[in-house]
Amino acid sequence: MDALKLELKERIINALNLEDISIDDIQDNDPLFGDGLGLDSIDALELIVLLDKEYGIKLADPKQGKEIFQSVETMAQFVAANRTK
Amino acid sequence: MQKKVAITGMGIISSIGLSVEENFQSLISKKSGISDLENIQTRHASEIKVGEIKITNQELQQLLNLPVENTFTRTGLLGAYAAKKAVESAGIIDINEVRTGLISSTSVAGMDFTEKHYKKYEEHPEYQKYIQSHDAGDSSNKIANYLGLKGFVTTISTACSSAANAIMLGASMIENGYLDRVIVGGTDALSKFTINGFKTLMILSDTYNTPFDNNRKGLNLGEAAAYLVLESDEVIKKSNKKVLAYVAGYGNANDAFHQTASSENGEGAYLAMKQAFEKASILPDQIDYINVHGTATPNNDLSEGRAMNRIFSNVPKFSSTKAFTGHTLAAAAAIEAVYSVLALQNNTIFPNLNFKTPMEELNIVPETEVVQTEINHVLSNSFGFGGNCSTLIFSK
Amino acid sequence: MQIMYAISKFINISQDVVCENGKELFHNQEDTFAAFMKSVYKSLNISYPKFYKMDDLCKLAFIASELLLQNETEKDIALLFSNNEASLDTDLKHQQSIQNPDDYYPSPAVFVYTLPNITIGEVSIRHELKSESAFFVAEKYQTEYMHKYAEYLLKTNKAQKVLCGWIHFLEGDYKADFYLVEKMGILEHSKEHINNITK
Repeated sequence: MDALKLELKERIINALNLEDISIDDIQDNDPLFGDGLGLDSIDALELIVLLDKEYGIKLADPKQGKEIFQSVETMAQFVAANRTK
Repeated sequence: MQKKVAITGMGIISSIGLSVEENFQSLISKKSGISDLENIQTRHASEIKVGEIKITNQELQQLLNLPVENTFTRTGLLGAYAAKKAVESAGIIDINEVRTGLISSTSVAGMDFTEKHYKKYEEHPEYQKYIQSHDAGDSSNKIANYLGLKGFVTTISTACSSAANAIMLGASMIENGYLDRVIVGGTDALSKFTINGFKTLMILSDTYNTPFDNNRKGLNLGEAAAYLVLESDEVIKKSNKKVLAYVAGYGNANDAFHQTASSENGEGAYLAMKQAFEKASILPDQIDYINVHGTATPNNDLSEGRAMNRIFSNVPKFSSTKAFTGHTLAAAAAIEAVYSVLALQNNTIFPNLNFKTPMEELNIVPETEVVQTEINHVLSNSFGFGGNCSTLIFSK
Repeated sequence: MQIMYAISKFINISQDVVCENGKELFHNQEDTFAAFMKSVYKSLNISYPKFYKMDDLCKLAFIASELLLQNETEKDIALLFSNNEASLDTDLKHQQSIQNPDDYYPSPAVFVYTLPNITIGEVSIRHELKSESAFFVAEKYQTEYMHKYAEYLLKTNKAQKVLCGWIHFLEGDYKADFYLVEKMGILEHSKEHINNITK
């Protein structure tokens, strides 16, 4: 699980062009949206693409993202439970 | 002193008709143009509905009497068709007799052909002729050439508000004496580029779009072209021409919130409408009908609804005609301008199709039937990505 | 009486050089456009992480307007941008991402930038400008038209200032010529001066 979380942090930084942020800056339970990393709705869509591309998980409804992307921790749990790749 | 800007001609082609009359008949008989995609091969075809014009490019070329060797893409074909109809409807014989311009708009431009043919360029050089047709400006030049126009030409590209901005700028050029006559509007054809792009933003509906409905799922893309001919007071007086309606007011403001989403309280929309009222010197309660932007995305309809509640103490009757035609992007404001003029001419409000459930957050609902009532002023909204919000007011 | 308007400031960015009012401000020490823009961004000492998500055309527009509007307090500034390729550079990236049916992952973040007027959106968001704006696509800078339009906006009080610009980015080739028109300035708002700034 730790390796997955590390991998997710790296992938998030790359996919969302978070150039001034390093892996150490992202805590497992930090909120990703809102005050945390300040991600927006387009970032949420990019994360949905990331889930599909890297882990083979397809989300049909963008609203599902709200629960899944709360933090790296919740993302990792979801990926571990649903990945097909 | 400012001159009044009259509309003397209109031309349109959309999924609900190949002429102004056909479009009107479809609107009053509640005949929607939304269907399954036929002319484009894409993996998404079974997951979307579109406002597709069921005419092939070959047929369009024949209708336009174009030489076999031409480099028009579908965007240009639709545009030339509608612009020509507009010029004819304005009774113009010599288009250059007065200072005349063309302000066109597009977002797809020649992409519809580029995406089909660019892989062939190396092996089949006969397709390379379409390379130059890719640019947004090319379709405008082609339309100007087709009309025999020698005057000012420019192209506006501000996404879904483009044609409204074209109309606005054309009107202000006439008001300020820079032009005597201007053909304004927009054109966009369906393309894989846009279908794929909108799919990835997850704002396409897999069924018929339902503007202002609580359970709306997203928009249907559409294709269309429409142009208005605007002429100055002087030209009208000299030629004794019939005026269809007036461009009474307009406003443009930026929402300054997000690249593609609208702010929660619809600030940009509110400001654009406010400016349009100031320009037209009329009060909100004088508006008889609003043709809303109403794309049926969760975001737009809520934002627009809130803005309407802010500026109107009593929101007038309103409807979105995108349930008929789909969202035709750069052409949207132009076809909706035609529908606004039709509303004025026929004292008719067109229905907002597919509406069932009022939105929880708002206390306003659109008209669901064709309504006959006196209409003197119509307001039309068009909001584009990039926060570009435009409002037009048309008057009898 | 004819009111004369003026150009109060202008910025030119082209391969390797950023100039303000004709004087060199930055010289490119980096290998790529992205690195060059990043270095200018860093030197501005602002915190705007959204900068990194922008496509190249928007980064160029952002930097040019940031330099122009650095100490500006006026919010009623109309934006008139123009170029001849619209958003073609990013269009190509989007097109590439929908090419291969076996590696098919179009990016929403890329698609969002396949419209030239997003440059206006980004500048408006950054500086909280809710003003009038337009994006024109033309073969070259339409000096006559932009001159008239800017003056019209100022004369009719539709804006207090107008930021006009030519903003070009295509496959590594770039140029930005931005100028601010208002009541007082360093140069007369004349077609001759506009031609010099945008040449």
